[in-house]
Amino acid sequence: MSAPAAVLPARGWTRRFRANPTSWLGVALIAAVVLAALLASTIWPLDPLEQNVAERLMAPTAAHPLGTDTFGRDVLARLLHAARISLLIGAFSIALAMTIGSAIGIAAGYLGGWFDAAVTSLLDVLLSFPTLLLGLMVVAMLGPSMGNLVIAIAITELAPFARVARAPTITLKGRDFVEAGRALGFSDLRLVVVHIIPNLLSEVVVVASLWLATAIRTEASLSFIGLGVKPPTATWGGMIREGFENILDAPWLALAPSLAILVTVLGLNLLGDGLRDAIDPRARRD
Amino acid sequence: MGEFLLRRLALAVPTLLLAMTAVFLLARVVPGDPALVILGDQATQEALLALRVKLGLDRPLPAQYLDFLGGILRGDLGRSLITGKSVWAEVLAVIPYTLELTLAAIFLGVLFGVPLGVYAAVHRNALPDTLTRLFSLAGLSFPAFVSAVLLLLVFAIQLRWFPVISAPRAGDVLDHLRNLALPAANLGLIMTAYVTRVTRSSMLNVLGEDYVRTARAKGIGRRAVLWRHALRNALIPVATVVGLYLGTLIGNSVLTEIVFNRPGLGKLILGALNQRDYTLLQGLMVFFAGLIVLANAATDIAYGLIDPRVRYR
Repeated sequence: MSAPAAVLPARGWTRRFRANPTSWLGVALIAAVVLAALLASTIWPLDPLEQNVAERLMAPTAAHPLGTDTFGRDVLARLLHAARISLLIGAFSIALAMTIGSAIGIAAGYLGGWFDAAVTSLLDVLLSFPTLLLGLMVVAMLGPSMGNLVIAIAITELAPFARVARAPTITLKGRDFVEAGRALGFSDLRLVVVHIIPNLLSEVVVVASLWLATAIRTEASLSFIGLGVKPPTATWGGMIREGFENILDAPWLALAPSLAILVTVLGLNLLGDGLRDAIDPRARRD
Repeated sequence: MGEFLLRRLALAVPTLLLAMTAVFLLARVVPGDPALVILGDQATQEALLALRVKLGLDRPLPAQYLDFLGGILRGDLGRSLITGKSVWAEVLAVIPYTLELTLAAIFLGVLFGVPLGVYAAVHRNALPDTLTRLFSLAGLSFPAFVSAVLLLLVFAIQLRWFPVISAPRAGDVLDHLRNLALPAANLGLIMTAYVTRVTRSSMLNVLGEDYVRTARAKGIGRRAVLWRHALRNALIPVATVVGLYLGTLIGNSVLTEIVFNRPGLGKLILGALNQRDYTLLQGLMVFFAGLIVLANAATDIAYGLIDPRVRYR
């Protein structure tokens, strides 16, 4: 028994998405960043960790198009390899936040009652807390490592997923096809997995694309503060931090990773905005 | 109105309790021993035990929880492990700097964001609208430290219009403003992007309302309809959003203060982190959680004052 389209996106959303030029700009920017991350060693075969003290803080040249840092490491190689870390941490933390957050939201919406009330007010508190401060506190408590960073960023982004999953669950559980399933004696788990989750997936995916941008921004901010992945691994935030210490002598060190973050986050925001406008019929009025 | 005020304030109490409980759990239940985090891997068992006793971490969890809540009720947020000063004293010493920066950012954001948002809404889907939307999305995409570093590179290092490190001479108002300019511009830029976006979408909603059409039909001039009838109502959600944005603004001011080397809450948190000042950190978390819950309540109350319909919901 297949579920009828309940909260599925309004039809023709791919056409609307393709008709929006800013969505295309977003797709192009993100594709460029992902390709650069995947092909890092092919595009620029220098080792991002190899130090060469004789060539430290060199301005951009043909051999080092973006110059070298305090340890004489090639900035372009570090920039490309850092893209992998940023995208990986962003993707893992969003996947974690999406899974747990949606599960909480669906449980609250489906079960209702005091459980729903308690979860909703807890979410309000979590939602109003600044993402950066929350992430900072969690990493400070757990200690900086790549795994802890993923957990910390995921915690800061649980609430939006829970919220987005909760509201449609409440509508869906009263719909005829769910009632019919219940009358047939289906278990709650089956009703949720087969009939509710597929119907709210599109909204959750839009939220994921928008919050991936925030996840990457949070990772960069934590690395900049010194709570990110430990050196010598290259991260954009960490590179800006190192560049910032030499900002008077070698301003290009901070400039390149700054632009990389900007391009990635802007691309994701454009993509997420385009998806939301295409899928959500209410947003299309704008 | 009085009833609405009381009801909203009463609602803040359980929220506050929940927030405090969350802070307590975050500091206790997450894996990792605070004593070990503070003293490092090399610490002896005796030293670890002594610190645990000093922090009260050797007592059962419910007792710790009651102590924690009792302290908050008495207005006691604890003392810094390093300086021995109370958390309140540490916060009060730096809060004027953060407040000044935050207020300047909100002022700049409203000053530029509201007209830009109205302009974009009126010219909807035309070139100025697209440009404004791209600008505001770019503004929201910048992590606050990236825009801060870029502003510093251009205006302090290349053009030398402003000092690289904020250290105003005491009593010199002009020098004070020169030092505030770049950090405030940095936060103001992000705030402008945010206010522009909200004003635009709120204006678009209001422009489709019946009372705007009625006003036009009565022959009221375009400008008067726009500014007196539409904008007034469009500003209600903007006010709410500015209030709700306070949390993010505080987060961004942390990054801004670090880049411009300005004293403030941000530098206080960073110092506590670097020195593993666990008690100061926990006190600051309680302070922030309280501040944000109260700011949300205040925003709701302001909303109720502007829009009478809200009070009866």
